[in-house]
Amino acid sequence: MTTGTDDALLSIEDLRLEAGLGRVIAEDVAFAVRPGEIVAVVGESGSGKTMVARAVLGLLPPPVVATAGRIVFEGRDLRTLPGSAMRRVRGARIGMVFQEPMTSLNPALTIGRQLDEGLRLHTSLRSAERRERIVAMLGRIGIDDPDRCLAAYPHEFSGGMRQRIMLASVMLLKPALLVADEPTTALDALVQRDVLELMVELTRENGTSVLLISHDLSMVARYADRVVVMYRGRIVEQGATDAILLSPRHDYTRKLLEALPRRGRARAVPTAEGAVIEVRNLTVDYPGRAGLFRKGRPKRAVDGVSLSVLPGETVAVVGGSGSGKTTLGRAIIGLIRPSGGEILFRGRSVMGGGGSREYRHGCQIVFQDPYSSLDPRMQVGAIVAEPLRLVPDLSAAERAERVRRVLSDVGLDADYADRFPHQLSGGQRQRVAIARAIVRRPAFVVADEPVSALDMTVQKQILRLFGDLQERYGFACLFISHDLAAVEQVADRVLVMKDGRIVEAGSRDDVFDRPQHPYTRRLLSAIPTLEPLPEGGFRLSVRHGQEALSAVS
Amino acid sequence: MTRTWFGLPASPGALLGGLLIGVLLLAAGLGMVWTPYDPLAIDFRARLQPPGPEHWLGTDEFGRDVFSRALAGASTSVSISLFTVAAATVAGMLIGLAAGYLRGWTDRIVVSITDALLAFPGILLALGLLAVLGANKYGIILALALAYTPSVVRVVRSNVFSLRETGFVEASRVMGNGELFTMARHVLPNCIAPVTVLATGMFGWVLLSESALSFLGLGVPPPAPTWGNMLAASRPYMSQAPWLGIYPGLCIALTLLGINLLGDAVRDRLDPRMRRI
Repeated sequence: MTTGTDDALLSIEDLRLEAGLGRVIAEDVAFAVRPGEIVAVVGESGSGKTMVARAVLGLLPPPVVATAGRIVFEGRDLRTLPGSAMRRVRGARIGMVFQEPMTSLNPALTIGRQLDEGLRLHTSLRSAERRERIVAMLGRIGIDDPDRCLAAYPHEFSGGMRQRIMLASVMLLKPALLVADEPTTALDALVQRDVLELMVELTRENGTSVLLISHDLSMVARYADRVVVMYRGRIVEQGATDAILLSPRHDYTRKLLEALPRRGRARAVPTAEGAVIEVRNLTVDYPGRAGLFRKGRPKRAVDGVSLSVLPGETVAVVGGSGSGKTTLGRAIIGLIRPSGGEILFRGRSVMGGGGSREYRHGCQIVFQDPYSSLDPRMQVGAIVAEPLRLVPDLSAAERAERVRRVLSDVGLDADYADRFPHQLSGGQRQRVAIARAIVRRPAFVVADEPVSALDMTVQKQILRLFGDLQERYGFACLFISHDLAAVEQVADRVLVMKDGRIVEAGSRDDVFDRPQHPYTRRLLSAIPTLEPLPEGGFRLSVRHGQEALSAVS
Repeated sequence: MTRTWFGLPASPGALLGGLLIGVLLLAAGLGMVWTPYDPLAIDFRARLQPPGPEHWLGTDEFGRDVFSRALAGASTSVSISLFTVAAATVAGMLIGLAAGYLRGWTDRIVVSITDALLAFPGILLALGLLAVLGANKYGIILALALAYTPSVVRVVRSNVFSLRETGFVEASRVMGNGELFTMARHVLPNCIAPVTVLATGMFGWVLLSESALSFLGLGVPPPAPTWGNMLAASRPYMSQAPWLGIYPGLCIALTLLGINLLGDAVRDRLDPRMRRI
């Protein structure tokens, strides 16, 4: 599968990675990156994509070693290069951007110091020249006041800004290759697009090639020239992006493409009944940072929001990070005390004293992170059975039967009841969390980003499961997400939040097809979608693209 | 990794630690019911005899059998350490839970007091308390427990702080479980692991502190033997009868070694990444 390696900047040949005693992480990995090209390696967690990227940089974590193959970069095999020579390549010729913008900058050093570090190490420029280049670069990445930025510390910047600064620090050295490992996964859709576009522009200006690692096929398809699909440590398919999208040959690629959420049919929701949950003019303030004798200025997270959810209906709340959508959900479920407004469950106010028993039993939540939402010391059966403790008049046999049934409802065999959470995958954990939420047959469930921590194909399964369960048990759902694609698949109605307020509300089709607010249009244009073509392939499309661009500028 | 009893990993260190602690517990148990000689019986004809077939570890300046005294001392030292650790752990967990869960003023008060107590070296604090409480077995347990409680409080409190933000604790609240139930079911069990590790380490420190207090003359009053006061009493005879100091010292050193090895094994066992079932 080796593709013309003569003109390649980086060519990986039959690379094999093993961890410890012969456990194969990746094998027969072979692909090439030509100068100026953007190559995306796509795969799910555990596919070995990150390890391949780390192998290129010679930064494999200790148990993992490359046991065969070559990594040829600018004519030299990086695998056999001694440490000192490798250090001269790293940073100067190959740059790297990591996934987590919150931890990849050193919080104890100013931005200026950190940007200067690489230049001082790899160039012989004098201090004034270095500063000049840094200021020019900061201006280039859209920082208004570069001088102030140099003296600032990382915590003063948002996640998107930090990722831009990270990019700047890497691109200052004009490397020949940039390795970007999930550079935008931790960011919300709008910021994600800005950062990726900046990355593409910067690398194009400098003629830098990019090796982009991602699990999100629709996101990389927009920018990559070629795509390499990895599955369980092997490359299953590679080729030009268009060719892969139009005619995916391997089953796994097709599965990945089909996993992208698509709009379901509009459901008829009965409107005659009263709302399950009604929120009137809700306000939530967070106390500001207070000193010993001084009260901090409160920060308003939710600002006068009103909404209602009908029985059996799914209402999606969409917004970027910091829009207050999660706070809204937590306030409705009773985890945060609102500072104003009213919440009604089946027409009765639940404010004050934690609400009635009926409300407490009728409302549940599914959290975003399946790794922290299950007690690590309890078995799955006990976790799912716990809510039944408070259901009166339930015999032990009935309880066991309910647990067994709900586990099979979420697609887990009965023998999962004896397992501990750490023995389950992320998707299975989220199934357990869903089972725990619905075992008491609640009338209303808040789903707070229930799939954003999962792989694409698992996301699809969980979203479908959620829809099936809703149909079977008829609970209403407040679906909180920044992922518009997922929202499009499950929502009946959509609310768009920005800065703690609802800026647009309407039926799903109205919001997605005829967005009114400019912010909604920007959100929509930030997510590319893959449309299935009648012939079996896919086409990349961007919604409201032109309008959005004009709205930004 | 192969596993043995209690699911502890069968590493050589853990085995040695288990062996040493097993011998210690046996000796302590034996020391309570039987010793070759009466540990308090004075025999001036047999003063300062070197180790031999009659007196295995020799005799001290009053002709008392060192082996018998070491056995009896083991039971005193071990029971003091056990009760101290138990008291400090239980008190520390309750206070730490309350501070971490209630936060606000409760937390501020608890933190100020623990900070003040932690600012003293434990032994100095115990010395001061013993001066007030009087030197006897229960005074020592109380004084040492008070000196060691703050570190448990701090560990539990910080664990509770992060635990109460986790999804499963919030899910428990959403379920409608009461605060006390949530604490008992979800918060407390998840604090057990770090506290167990702390407690094994603490056992060693307490044993050492007890010996040090006895050495300073503020421990269990003579003639009752503990390893610490045996060591203290041996000082004037260091050159004539070195065995008087060597054997109690060896007992303390081997016990500490055993505790540390076992503590490491327990820590590995409780680390979720090492856990396989």
